[in-house]
This record gives sequence, C-alpha cells and structure tokens, in this order.
Amino acid sequence: MDAIILQVLNGLDKGSAYALIALGLTLIFGTLGVVNFAHGALFMLGAFCAVTLNVILNTSYETIDPDRTDFLGNPLKVETPYIFDWFGPEVGGAMIEWSVPLAILFAIPIMVVIGLSMERGLIKYFYHRPHADQILVTFGLAIVLQEIVKYFYGANPIPTPAPAGLVGSFDFGVLLGFEPGSIIYPNWRLIYFVFAAVIIGALFAFLRFTTFGMVVRAGMADRETVGLLGINIDKRFTIMFAIAACVAGLAGVMYTPINSPNYHMGMDFLVLSFVVVVVGGMGSLAGAVAAGFLLGVLESFASMAQVVDLFPGINQIIIYLVAIIILLTRPRGLMGRKGVMED
Amino acid sequence: MSEIGKAASRRSVLKGSLAAGAAIAMPTIFTSQAKAAFLNDPGAASTVTLGFNVPQSGPYADEGADELRAYLLAVEHLNGEGDGGMMNTFSSKALKGNGILGKKVEYVTGDTQTKSDAARASAKSMIEKDGAIMITGGSSSGVAVAVQALCQEAGVIFMAGLTHSNDTTGKDKKANGFRHFFNSYMSGAALAPVLKNAYGTDRKAYHLTADYNWGYTTEEAVRTSTESMGWETVEAVKTPLAQTDFSSYITPVLQSDADVLVLNHYGGNMVNSLTNAVQFGLRDRVANGKNFEIIVPLYSRLMAKGAGANVKGIFGSTNWHWSLQDEASKAFVQSFGTKYGFPPSQAAHTCYVQALLYADAVERGGSFNPCSVVEALEGFEFDGMGNGPTLYRAEDHQCFKDVLVVKGKENPSSEFDLLEIVEVTPVAQVTYAPDHPQFAGGQLGTCNPGA
Amino acid sequence: MLGLNSKDQKLFLVVIVVTLLAPFILNPFPENSELAQFNAGYPDLMQRFAIFGIFAIGFNILFGLTGYLSFGHAAFLGVGSYAGVWMLKLLSMNVVPAIIMSVIFAGLFSLLVGFVSLRRSGIYFSILTLAFAQMSFALAYSVLTPITNGETGLQLALDDPRILGVSQIDGSIPPTNFFGLEMRDGFELALGPWVFTLNFGYYLCAVFVLGAFYLSMRIFNSPFGMMLRAIKTNQTRLPYTGMNPKPYTLAAFVISGMYAGLAGGLMVAMDPLAGAERMQWTASGEVVLMTILGGAGTLLGPLLGAGVIKYFENIFSKINDTILYEWFSFMPDGLQDVFVFLIHPFIGKGWHLTLGIMFMLVVIFLPGGVVEGGQRFMRLFKRGDKGSKSSGDAARSASPAE
Repeated sequence: MDAIILQVLNGLDKGSAYALIALGLTLIFGTLGVVNFAHGALFMLGAFCAVTLNVILNTSYETIDPDRTDFLGNPLKVETPYIFDWFGPEVGGAMIEWSVPLAILFAIPIMVVIGLSMERGLIKYFYHRPHADQILVTFGLAIVLQEIVKYFYGANPIPTPAPAGLVGSFDFGVLLGFEPGSIIYPNWRLIYFVFAAVIIGALFAFLRFTTFGMVVRAGMADRETVGLLGINIDKRFTIMFAIAACVAGLAGVMYTPINSPNYHMGMDFLVLSFVVVVVGGMGSLAGAVAAGFLLGVLESFASMAQVVDLFPGINQIIIYLVAIIILLTRPRGLMGRKGVMED
Repeated sequence: MSEIGKAASRRSVLKGSLAAGAAIAMPTIFTSQAKAAFLNDPGAASTVTLGFNVPQSGPYADEGADELRAYLLAVEHLNGEGDGGMMNTFSSKALKGNGILGKKVEYVTGDTQTKSDAARASAKSMIEKDGAIMITGGSSSGVAVAVQALCQEAGVIFMAGLTHSNDTTGKDKKANGFRHFFNSYMSGAALAPVLKNAYGTDRKAYHLTADYNWGYTTEEAVRTSTESMGWETVEAVKTPLAQTDFSSYITPVLQSDADVLVLNHYGGNMVNSLTNAVQFGLRDRVANGKNFEIIVPLYSRLMAKGAGANVKGIFGSTNWHWSLQDEASKAFVQSFGTKYGFPPSQAAHTCYVQALLYADAVERGGSFNPCSVVEALEGFEFDGMGNGPTLYRAEDHQCFKDVLVVKGKENPSSEFDLLEIVEVTPVAQVTYAPDHPQFAGGQLGTCNPGA
Repeated sequence: MLGLNSKDQKLFLVVIVVTLLAPFILNPFPENSELAQFNAGYPDLMQRFAIFGIFAIGFNILFGLTGYLSFGHAAFLGVGSYAGVWMLKLLSMNVVPAIIMSVIFAGLFSLLVGFVSLRRSGIYFSILTLAFAQMSFALAYSVLTPITNGETGLQLALDDPRILGVSQIDGSIPPTNFFGLEMRDGFELALGPWVFTLNFGYYLCAVFVLGAFYLSMRIFNSPFGMMLRAIKTNQTRLPYTGMNPKPYTLAAFVISGMYAGLAGGLMVAMDPLAGAERMQWTASGEVVLMTILGGAGTLLGPLLGAGVIKYFENIFSKINDTILYEWFSFMPDGLQDVFVFLIHPFIGKGWHLTLGIMFMLVVIFLPGGVVEGGQRFMRLFKRGDKGSKSSGDAARSASPAE
C-alpha cells in the first residue's frame, strides 16, 4: 500500500513537470495555432536562468594565497565572491544558497522578454504558414538556443542544489496514519508539486475570471469573429505567448534541484510533452493538465519491479502505449475539441 | 599560432608519385587495393595522419573535448614539441620526438555523437577521405565496439578511448582493436575487497542498472564479486536509458530491506540517479541496523562534478586520477595542466596513453602496417604511463594494470578535487583468464591490413 | 519516353547524369588545396547521400502528396536494417537477399503501423506514428537485445552460419558483395591534382536511387498520385464523391515504408551494422527536416534536403581550429585569431548550431525549401523571358504540404 502511495507521489511529481510544459505548449497551439518545437528549449532556458543567477552571485575576484598550492604547485588562487564583500559572508552565502528560489524573480522578466521577442521577431511571421514550416523554424531555433547554452555552460550537467533548509524529507505517511518513516518524500519535490498546482490554478483563474482571459478564450474558439468585434486579438495572443514561455521557464527553474540541468534537457522533455498535449486533446488546457498527471502516474507504476516482471520492457514504452490506446479509443484525446489540428 | 600542413593521405602520396610520372591529362586507373601493402600506407610522405574520433555533440561532449585535448597534447609530444609529458617516463624509449618513424604526426577530428552510426560514418570518412592510418577515441562502449568492428573490416588499427563494457575485449574483441581502459570485471574485482573492509560481509544490495549492454556487464561483474564475499543481492532493476527522473526507481529501494544501493549508471544517468537517491534521504537512512550506503562502480571526475556534493563519501572505481603521485602521472598532469589550466580527466589520460602506445608500437615494429602494430602490442609489457607495470594481453588485447578505488571527497579544495584515492588495487587481483565466463564468446580473428 | 512527360524527362536525365558523375562533381577541389576539406566525393558520404535520398524520396510520397506527417519513419529504416543484417549473418554476404528482406520486413511493419495510425489524421496521426517508432527504439535498445544486440548494434561475427556463403576467410569476415563485386572496392582515378574514387558500393546505391526517383516520378504523375493529392486537399469531401481515401493513404504509407526499408537495406549492404539509434525520434525528425528543407511535395526537394543535411553533418563536424588557422594563415597574427574566434563556434563541435541557423534561414527566406531557392535563382536569369514557364514550376512546389 505505502509502495503504491509513494508511486502516486512520484507520478504526481513527474506529472507536474509534464503538465506545466504541456500547458504552455497547448496554449500556443490553441491561441496562435503554432506547433512550437522550441518549447522544450524554453524550459531549458528557464533552468539555465537559475544556473546563470548562481554564476552571477558567485562572481569572484582572485587573491593569491602563498601558503597553499594548486595541483601544479603554483600558489593557490583563492576566489571570493563580490557579494561576500558587499553583504558580508553570511548574507552573501545565504543568497548563493537560496539562488534557486531567487531565480524565480530573475527568470520571470527574462522569460517574458524571450517570449515576446520570439513571438514578435519570428513566430508572428509563421501564423499562416503550413505546420511543416513552423516545425522546421522552431526546431532550428531550439537547436540554436541549446547550442548557445552549450557554448557557455558545456555539455555536462551543472549541480544546482536546493537551499540547505529545504533539503531533507517530509514524513508524509504520518499524515495518513502510517507508521513513521514508511512514506517519506523529499521536501523539494513536494514544493515542486505545490508550485505547479499554484501556477496551473493561477493560469486557469486568469483565463476564467478576467476579461483578458475571456477574450483569449473566445479567440481560441473563433479568432476571426473576435477580430471582427474590433478586439485586437493579436496583441493578446502575443501576451499569451509570453505567459506560456514564462510558465515553461519557471517549470525549468524549479526543476533544477531535482535533476542537474544540462543543455539538452529541453529535447528530453519535448517529445514527451507533445505526447501529453495530444493525449490530453488538442486545444484543451484541462486535458493537457490531466494527461500530464495521468501519464506521470502511469509511468511511475510501470516502473515498479512487480509490473516489469509481468510485462518485460513495459517501463520503456508505457507512455507511448497509453498514448496509442487513448488515441484509438478517443479520437481527439481525453478532452480534445473537434477540428483543431486535424487537417 | 601553429602551422600544420594539409593532411598527407595515401591519396596525396599517390598523387605525388603519379604527377611525377604521368602526364597531367592522362588518367591512370587502378584498383584501390592493388598497390599498397596495407591500407593508407603513408609510403614516402613526410607526414602520417591519425584520426581522433570523439563525441563533440550530445551528452558526452565535455568528455570528448577533454579527450581531444589529450590527443593534441600527445601529437605535440610525439612531434617533439612541449615538455614531452609521459614520453619521458615511458619505459619504452623507441619514441624520439621526431614524429612516428620520422614522419610528422598530423591528425583529423570527427564527431561520434555517441551514436554507433555517426561514429562509423565519421571514422569511415577519416579512413576514406583523409587517409587516416589509425582511429582512436570514443566515450561509450556501443561506439567503441561499432568502430572497432569497422576498423577490423577496413584494415586500420583502432585504439579504444573510454569504454568500460566487458564486451569490447570480450565477445566483441577484434584483432585490430586495443583497449587500455579497464572494464566492468576489473571494477567489480577491485571494489569488492574495499567494500568488504568498509561495509562488512553481511550486506543486502539493491542494483539499479542502465538498460543496455554496458549496464548488464557491470551489474554482472559487481554482483558476482560482491556475492562471492557474502553479500546478498535482493533486487536488480533495469532503468530505461532515456530516464531522467529516477524517483520511481528509488522509492522501491526505501521499501526493500536492502542496505546498499549499487548504481550501474554512467554519464547523465548516473548524475541524475545519484542526485535522486540522495534527495530521497538514502544517505541518512539506517537499514538492518547499518548505515545505508550507495556505490557507483564506474566513476569519472566529470560526472562527479555534475552530481556536486552528492558524491561525498561514495565509493567507486576509476582507471586513473590526476592526484596519483607516481612520476608518470605527475609529468602528465604537469604537461596537461600547463597547457590547459586544469587537470586531465581519466578519459584524457587513457586517450593520451593510447596515442603514445600506438606510436611506440609502430616505432618498435618498424612499420605502419597494422599487422606489425598488432604484433608489437600483443604481449607488450610497459611501465611509466601512470598505472604502474602494465601488460597488453595478446589473447584479448586488453591492458592489465592496477585499478583505483576512489571515494567522493568530503572537503574538496577545488572544483577538480572531487575524488580521493582509497586504494590502488594491484593488477594480480583484477586479472582474469581470457576465457572467463563474463568474456566468453567471440574471436579476435586475424589482423587485417586492408590490402 | 519511359512514361514521363518531356519536362520530367529532362529532370530525370539531369538526375541520372548528376548521380553517375557524383564522384567528380562532389570532388571539385584538388587534393592538396586548402578547400579539399569541402570535398564530399568519398565513398561513405556519397553512399549516404544516395541512401538518405531514397529515404527522403519515399517519405515525400507520403508527406508531400497526402500531407500525412509521419514522425516515425525511422522505425521502418531500422527494421529494414535489422532484417538485412540477419540475412547477411544467416544466408550469405551477397547484398541482394539482404536488401530484398529489408524491403519486405519494412513493408510488413509499415502495413501494421499504417493500418493502426491511419485511423486518425492530423497531429493525432503524427503522434501515433511517433509512439510506434519510440516503442520500437526503446524495445530494440533493451528488451529485444537477443535480436537486436541492443546498444552495441547488430553486427556480423566470425562464427555466423552464412549457409550459402562462408563464415570467415582467414580469420576475417568476408566483405559484402553483389554477386562477387565487393561493395567497398572500386577504382581510383588520378587526374592531375585531382583524385576521384569510383566505388562499386556507391554505384549500386546510385542505381537504386535512380530507380526510386523514377518510381516516385511515375507515382506523382499517376492517377494514384492524383488521388493522394486529393486527399491532401480535402480529406472530408473526398468520401462524398464516392471514394474511400483510406486504401490509397495506406498504400502510400506502405510504399514510403518500403522505401525506408530499402534505405535500411542499402545501409547495411554498405556497412553491415544496425544500431537502435537509427529508430529514435531524432532520426525520424531528420527525414522530416530533409524533406521540408529540400521542398516538400517536389520531386527533387527531398534528395537535395538529404544531401544538405548529411553534408553538414559529415563535413562541418570535421573542421577544427587547426584547419581554421591554416585557412587564415595568410593574415597577420592578430587578425587571424579574430577570424578563428569568430568562426570557431560554427564548426567542429558547433556544427549543430550552423545546421539550426540554416534551418531557420531557409524556412524564413525560402518557404518552398531549397528547390524554391533554385527556382528563384533560375528566374533571376530568365527575367527577360516570359514568366509563364517558370510559374508552372512554381505551381508544383507552391502547394506546401502540412
């Protein structure tokens, strides 16, 4: 029983990342009708916002310590971050330690700027182009973005730990009346799940309860009519693109303590998030979220040794198998609307 | 900066001799393999071309970059530039710093992408287009086995880079291929006694294994050697290669009665699985009244860097480490560090050594003919390359040398100082018979000079 | 002649000449010149041009004509490769049975995948094919290791049975051959400072690529091709005319799957190894990119796209800093360093970056792919002429697929 609860938690955690990325992807599909292969790269850029902030905070000057030597026998150069001098080692150290949460503030403006410039500078010209062209240009962009990151940060994963105060585990089982220690779960993963829930909730509330959101939803349903009503729908769609970029970026920032980021992490998530979006159903935000969590949980269950013993290799293919089954039984995924991306 | 002439290939040599004899407009037709005694024979040319085939894109690009640095250093030393590095400590004195057999060493580079297809394409272009006489490099066993087979078919020598699977010199061994790096069996054999001392003989191990060839051989090796000293293997689970989040594989460990976790992972897989394992508190766990322990059979400094503080106190094995204090290692670190500003990785070391060993074998055999090189390397005993006395065994073309057992350092003094050497396992302890079951099947065949 | 109209005849003639003379055309630079780096006329790369050309031509029959975007075509190439290697292991080193079995197996597998996937259209179809291919890749890499040899890739061994041939000759695996003609053998032709390699393997590929191209021309101009275009134009209206589009799409799917199988078979005939990465989604994506880059729905486009991408992968990745310094060696030291520094990110390990930038530039400025680039270029010279003739060409390619 506790094993199953743990796998559900794992699944929800994985599902959070899938859902956040898929949500942005489906927003862009729904509003702009653009197949964005660079969406995974936005997730990756978010993660590297956290890395970059860490590097900035660690910007150091060198002093030579004549008493110690480096590996070649030369006097050791000791690096001291500037912020140690500015704020004192304690506050400075705390800032470095809390760089991942701080990076949220750092990432929002950056991701918004990246999103806006991507839409205005490139995607805008591809609204009326065939999907094939959109795929080619956004895939090219994704390669360019990840190669730029690789140029500066290399190909190796870069460790970006969570603040020491948030490391450690939470005894989840006690809440449910289990023996202490039977269901413990890392704090940061719980934070990630809560964070994802908040973002998803906020986005839905924004779309449902604001006039802006109403217009956007109307535009998703029938762009031309909304345009005929004299509403500048393009401007709103641009803003939605920035929001989608921001969601993907924040998902990336918060993901860094879970797994060390590397330049190709976006590509790893790209195909999966497309599957999630399609399984959820094209044009459905709720579908994307539901499919994200569903696939996350199923993936976790499929990796259990008991299941793998019954069906060898199932853990390798579960996501795709489920996708095939769902698409064959429900022609438009879980909650897809008719006529979206079907031609 | 440096002046390096155009790669002199077999073709340019042919062209040179032809231009002298035949009129410019007169076409001369001959089959490609009719004239030379062996493929890409440099003949009378003043230079010889080596092919450095390393991952330059994809997840192992950094490791590949370090390998390439080592090769460039080796080329410098072979050509008599720089401080000579390990050429000064190498027990064989055949190399004189005037290139190989008096021919200046030149090189071409390529990108394996850590894919067997791409690696073979790249190696083929080096052989066919650039006239490379030897191919070396690589950072995974799949690529090593694929390129080794290609070199055997084509008729050039392959000096493997980083490849740890038993199969490279086991069931997939080839006469034209040589491996200096150690292998899964050696990791298991070297780790077992250290683990016994540190953690006792009554342990229950849980294996997470990357679901591909290298993972299988490593799991088998570690299992066999730990079980023979009394450990019990409670579970061995295979994880998909593409897995990035290992949480769903780690939580069952918490549910089991295991008290040791063995991560048969490499590269990005290892960084993530170790990070996740520590995240789930396995390091602080107490099971069966003992401290829970994690083991990573194959370590590399570049990976340790990716996993950050999570590697502290975790045992593993490695082929070589820059903090070794023998003369050869010091000379290599000095020379590499002076040129690039940081210490070399084990991948860099093995690649540098392979390049030197090849050059030396050509010198001693007196010919670039692959069959002469094979003869010179088979059963070759040497020292002064950073691993103590070493034997290139004739039966399977595997190097036998000491293996390092290392541990993640508690208080690293720099970003390179992540591992500390716990024990240098003597070569006798990691030697096995050529027909050992973990290496069964496959034949070397005969050397192929490609003509 | 050959059942082609005169314009296609001309095109086919050009393709034949270019294909047969490829070893000369692709080696324009003398052997010792600085630019020899850009020569592509060595056997392996020429074979790859032809093989991926076949792959892309086949993909274009499905995608270019019907508009169905398959994201799993690499799986057919992979299945074909495995079937081919098994034939080389079990039967003989003659490539003919290997190629035939590759095509058959890929055809059967594509029939299965196509039958299921074609129940959906649009992006749902794409994801279904992607899912099948990813499953094939994941299983081939792990659970199916006994058949596929997993990560290492399926390769030949000295103790293979080869019932119609020999297991080994003097401790070596015999080379692949076409009734005795070794694929790796050939002639070298030295003309002054130029050296050209005429490789048997390449010419076998060339024969197949010409056949594949001819067949695709016939399909494009046949009533069947017309039907496929109708499916692309309006899938929903077609049934009202009393036509059932499904068998036609499935036929197109299987034909393109067999093309992929042929490519896989030729691949192992040239280089007898089949690796699982061949089936990964990136490999499927690559053929999509080749087709779009060259010009989807055009006859020549896929062939050009395949050539461009393989050229970048094999030539640009091999340029390193040393070579750069050599190129700019005529400059003063400081300037030389500046130039090397500027170009460095785009070559060698940065070849992906160059490829990505090129994708973007092509699709932004040449919506119809390389083929449209060529047409614009031609029009530049024909401007004096009446524009009617070239507009006919453009009409063919101007209906970009999706």
